[in-house]
Amino acid sequence: MQFKPYAQGLTVAISLAVLAGCSSTGGTQDGSMDGMSGTGAGGSGSASSQGMESGQGTSGSEMGDRNAIPAERTIYFAFDRDTIRPEFESVLEAHAQYLKNHPNTDVVLEGHADERGTREYNLGLGERRAQAVEQYLSVEGVSSSQVEIVSYGEERPAVRGHDEESYAQNRRVVFSY
Amino acid sequence: MKRLNLWTAALLLMLCAGMAHAELTIEITKGSDQAIPIAIVPMEGGDELPQEVSRIVSNDLERSGRFEPLSQNSLISRPSSSDDVYYQDWQQLDSDYLVVGKVKNQGGQYRIQYELLDVNGEDRMLGEVVTSSRDQLRDSAHYISDQIFEEITGIRGAFSTSIAYVTANGVGDNIKYTLNIADADGHNNQEILSSDEPIMSPAWSPDGRKLAYVSFETGRPSIYVQNLSTGQRVQLTSFEGINGAPAWSPDGRKLAMSLSKDGQPEIYVMDLGSRDLTRLTHSDAIDTEPEWAPNGRSLIFTSDRSGNPQIYRYNLGDEQAQRITFTGSYNSRGRFNPDGDAIFMVTRDDDGFHIARQDLDTDRMTILTDSNWDESPSVAPNGTMVIFATQEGTRGVLGAVSDDGSASFRLPSPQGDVREPAWSPFLD
Repeated sequence: MQFKPYAQGLTVAISLAVLAGCSSTGGTQDGSMDGMSGTGAGGSGSASSQGMESGQGTSGSEMGDRNAIPAERTIYFAFDRDTIRPEFESVLEAHAQYLKNHPNTDVVLEGHADERGTREYNLGLGERRAQAVEQYLSVEGVSSSQVEIVSYGEERPAVRGHDEESYAQNRRVVFSY
Repeated sequence: MKRLNLWTAALLLMLCAGMAHAELTIEITKGSDQAIPIAIVPMEGGDELPQEVSRIVSNDLERSGRFEPLSQNSLISRPSSSDDVYYQDWQQLDSDYLVVGKVKNQGGQYRIQYELLDVNGEDRMLGEVVTSSRDQLRDSAHYISDQIFEEITGIRGAFSTSIAYVTANGVGDNIKYTLNIADADGHNNQEILSSDEPIMSPAWSPDGRKLAYVSFETGRPSIYVQNLSTGQRVQLTSFEGINGAPAWSPDGRKLAMSLSKDGQPEIYVMDLGSRDLTRLTHSDAIDTEPEWAPNGRSLIFTSDRSGNPQIYRYNLGDEQAQRITFTGSYNSRGRFNPDGDAIFMVTRDDDGFHIARQDLDTDRMTILTDSNWDESPSVAPNGTMVIFATQEGTRGVLGAVSDDGSASFRLPSPQGDVREPAWSPFLD
């Protein structure tokens, strides 16, 4: 992250030129959402959480290991809905269990929307989805102090495309530890 | 030229560094039937210039949708002054107006002499000499476009204004976001902020000196205000939850915004002097995208309190909000025209999302665009055009449409997504 004075002149121009030359979007991340396996957590968030885990000396990352962060970290929503679909209740329960077993661990619930509709309104929709997950965790007994919500609206799509399949993969809440 | 300021100088420096390849380019997609025919003769001496002044003027006028410049091939003579003009020639070409001129290089300074002629009245309407350095020639051309546009239409020209916009390159965890400013015709773009986290909702201060925007650079959304000439900025808000949709009051002293610190997004107004915050709305819904009426007495905003997004108007006098959009199931992100008697907004129909205009006296709504992924309308300071974001394939591009929908153009970028255009105020 960097910001630049508006009147910085030639240096800015040259760095911009370099940047423009380097910024073609060669490889997209479409593959990361294959099978909706829930690997779409925010990059920095998941990276730091892995560091923390190894620091605590826990072992393994397979599902079912109660000391590991549940592998499935993304749940999906129907169009214009913030209700938890039954097939994702087990995912939420696994995270609830993990958080209760690790009261010093925090999680950020990242709420996302598909691209349809205006951007600021979609921030609200993403937040509603994350709040629905937060509420579920709360009912399961997770302390509210462990949970934070950040809505990205439609700003961080997991996949591109103007089709229902793409939209479905973008309407999501990601557990970012 | 006296209108130059610090950041224009910076932009011109960039131009010299060869940034043209990264610029947005204009594609006229629809011309108006009512466009006024005008002949713009290439200025004598103008061919040798790095910026061909006549071409820029011609492009400006055509882009406005109000003018149809005569094709260069149709010119039967190339006068450079009114003394050399045979009006009958131009009457035969059905050209209502004629622009002639000459450019002289006088020791590094350019002296541009131009005249606007009424072909049917056989009369000189405008004659002026503009002096300019080589780096200011684009600005000078836009200035000339402004003068011609105003002389003929009676409406102040907005060709010397700027647009701010956001770009995004990549997908998933590897998106790079930038905030940019360019001339209204897409040239001279300059990046003023870049981040690996989303940047949203740029909003010009009424004096054109600052931009407010939303940046997620800390991992959470915050509203920032950045001074465009110094680059200095302040993080204005960092409340829990959404910090979004900044909107300047017409006097520049307050910023309306959407904050969800109390549970769901509500409209607030912050006094920029005292930083005091006043909450305007109280609903269980999403209330966002505030916009001040030009007279500062009311704000419009988007709310889904009725079950789907619609636009409401909040009166600062009696502190009441009333729904003002009733056509269709999705109306959002309203923006006033400069007179305050109409709003432009995003509306959804069976085909998708379009830009629409609603007359506030009759409540009649007109859809202006036939593309289906339109959002983020922003109105030119003279009210004649609306710039917006749309899609070509899976790429975000900018489009613009005249206030009556009769003319439109696109501003494609060479790479990445371009979105959230914000048209500057007049920058004088």
